Amino acid sequence: MIELTDVHVRLGQRDVLRGVTATLAERRVGVVGANGSGKSTLARLLNGLVLPTSGSVTVHGLDTRRQAARIRRRVGFLFTDPDAQIVMPTVAEDVAFSLRRKGLPRAEVERRVREVLAGHGLAEYGDHPAHHLSGGQKQLLALCSVLVLEPDVLVMDEPTTLLDLRHSRQVAAVLRGLPQQVVVVTHDLALLRDFDRVLVIDQGRVVADADPRTALAHYEAMMS
Amino acid sequence: MNGLTGAYVRGGSPLHRLPAGAKLAGLAASCTALVLLRSPASLAGAAAVVAALYAISGVGAAAAWAQIRPVRWFVVSLFLLQLLLADAAGAVSSSLRVVLAVALAGLVTLTTRTADLMACLERCLAPAALVGLDPFRLALLLSLTLRSVPVVAGLVTRVREAQLARGVERSPRAFAVPLVVSALRHADALGEALAARGLDD
Repeated sequence: MIELTDVHVRLGQRDVLRGVTATLAERRVGVVGANGSGKSTLARLLNGLVLPTSGSVTVHGLDTRRQAARIRRRVGFLFTDPDAQIVMPTVAEDVAFSLRRKGLPRAEVERRVREVLAGHGLAEYGDHPAHHLSGGQKQLLALCSVLVLEPDVLVMDEPTTLLDLRHSRQVAAVLRGLPQQVVVVTHDLALLRDFDRVLVIDQGRVVADADPRTALAHYEAMMS
Repeated sequence: MNGLTGAYVRGGSPLHRLPAGAKLAGLAASCTALVLLRSPASLAGAAAVVAALYAISGVGAAAAWAQIRPVRWFVVSLFLLQLLLADAAGAVSSSLRVVLAVALAGLVTLTTRTADLMACLERCLAPAALVGLDPFRLALLLSLTLRSVPVVAGLVTRVREAQLARGVERSPRAFAVPLVVSALRHADALGEALAARGLDD
């Protein structure tokens, strides 16, 4: 469970979030909003990449301000641009890199890497240079590198923005099958249609918080 | 780009099976030997050995050429400079030395996974922990450097295309400013991604 209590975030001279309070317990939570509305900052709050200027954020009872390292072990984060999160030159090495601080035996690391790559259509690309993959495959690789750690919560910041329709659908299908809680910030409204709950952010405030149909209707009306 | 990005070529050759530490030590010894070899004839012998090693590795001619290709103009410049300042034998020896050293270094990256190189470097850098440096972070620098080469190359292509589209392809400023801004933005995003993956623990 994620709890945001009267969260304010001020970056430089700008109030990015103003008094956000929400308890996120649903399995699929979407966040939409215009560019600059504060939704990416909201996502970054959930694993301590951004700390609240005032108020608090807790994930499973852990406070992001005091226990960020522990939270990051439980909250996976997927960014928009996979190129910025792939660290190792080859596909299998990048996934294995996520596990290096777990102290697992090499055979176990290789087994987990093989398993997660196979589960996401990348089994035959293990020794491929990561930069030779297509944009969609890179995003799937970034997702594998997060999922191999079996996080309790997965936060995604516009995961399909750079993808074509086929790869967007592939990511959406992966999302539907994930057992963990997922929070997705996106402009891709179709992705959120079967979610449990959607928050609409505008100028740093939650202006709608409802089921997808109601929330997205509010968002579309707001943007027209 | 393979030559600069540590692209491992899967294989089961004796070179692939050799531990990363042995390959790095061999590389250091071979490069020292190259400096000590004086005559073009002895360097030609070394070239034959390097060619044999490539043949044994089975990485293929294209991968071998990809190692040399990025330094070809540097080697040509070095050859011409040595020809002007020294003699033909000196020019051939210097150029061949550079080509062989690069080829050998390339052979190590082609037959060794980056993770194995990192693990080896981490072990070698373990004493750095005594002065408060994290050997893992030092080894990670190597990996990030290798990984950043294709990313920066992609940024260069993007900036060049934007220059062409705007008709300012001759302006150094129109090239440098967006490239530096994009590279810094990438560095920021990479730092954030590393933090998200628990690298600042």
